[in-house]
Amino acid sequence: MRGACCPSPPIRYGRRVDRDDSQVVAALRAGDEDTFRSLVRAWNGPLLRVAQIFVPSRAVAEEVVQETWLRALGALDRFEGRSSLKTWVFRILVNTAKTRGQREGRVLPFSALNDPARIPEPAVDPGRFRPEDDPRFPGGWSSPPSELPEDRLVASETREVIARAIAALPATQKAVISLRDVEGWSSEEVCNALDLTEVNQRVLLHRARARVRRALEQYLAPQNP
Amino acid sequence: MIDTESISCQELVELVTDYLEGSLEARDLRRFEEHLAVCIGCAHYLDQLRETIRITGTLTVDDLSPGAERTLLDAFRSWAGAS
Repeated sequence: MRGACCPSPPIRYGRRVDRDDSQVVAALRAGDEDTFRSLVRAWNGPLLRVAQIFVPSRAVAEEVVQETWLRALGALDRFEGRSSLKTWVFRILVNTAKTRGQREGRVLPFSALNDPARIPEPAVDPGRFRPEDDPRFPGGWSSPPSELPEDRLVASETREVIARAIAALPATQKAVISLRDVEGWSSEEVCNALDLTEVNQRVLLHRARARVRRALEQYLAPQNP
Repeated sequence: MIDTESISCQELVELVTDYLEGSLEARDLRRFEEHLAVCIGCAHYLDQLRETIRITGTLTVDDLSPGAERTLLDAFRSWAGAS
């Protein structure tokens, strides 16, 4: 099952927003190296993250990305623009990575992408809430979050804590939070690239953000200066 | 008037992503905002999450290694030359 698929927005090359797909494809067909280089650079991080859902190591993911580009070039004459170029390339990546993952003996739990809600995962440790039969505030905070210390938020160590927390996420959550919150993709773009429903994309994003927030809160806790 | 359908803190934290994505239904959105207006713990929770998202957005992504880029550009040149 997948979510509704809508017309795709223009390609974003990192922070540049420019040409639409037909111009990009025309430039590629004309042999424009700069266009190819900018695509390869702009999508490298996302391609690697998504590949790592399916293959066991960073090194293999890099090979999958290389193979994806070779396949995409080989098939470019057959690109008809029914999906965005980005979605099209990511679909090639997912197929390539799945095949490679199977060959590497990697068994992806089927539920990881298609049914993430099957295994519950609370955003916050249930121990921080009052019990359901609490006479005054059932399900209310017993140990509420406190205000974040502004001065420590700007420190570079805080960014490192966040980066480490993201690196430690399960691969599917890592891919979704990287595309959404690092790369700034829309939920629709992520759904299209990963063939995810809106609901499942949101579950994965919710869990990823919740885990990273936990790491931030823990790091910034007053007893841990 | 007492809202007997109000949500608890434990329920609110599970709705935060739907809230930020703008996908809460009108009734849930109203309950969410009513709760948030009077609960400092949940307000801090939402702040922490927004801050998490903001800092995540400042991270940089993996750069392509020069070797890998060269390989791809070589492949592109021979592809462009052949077509």
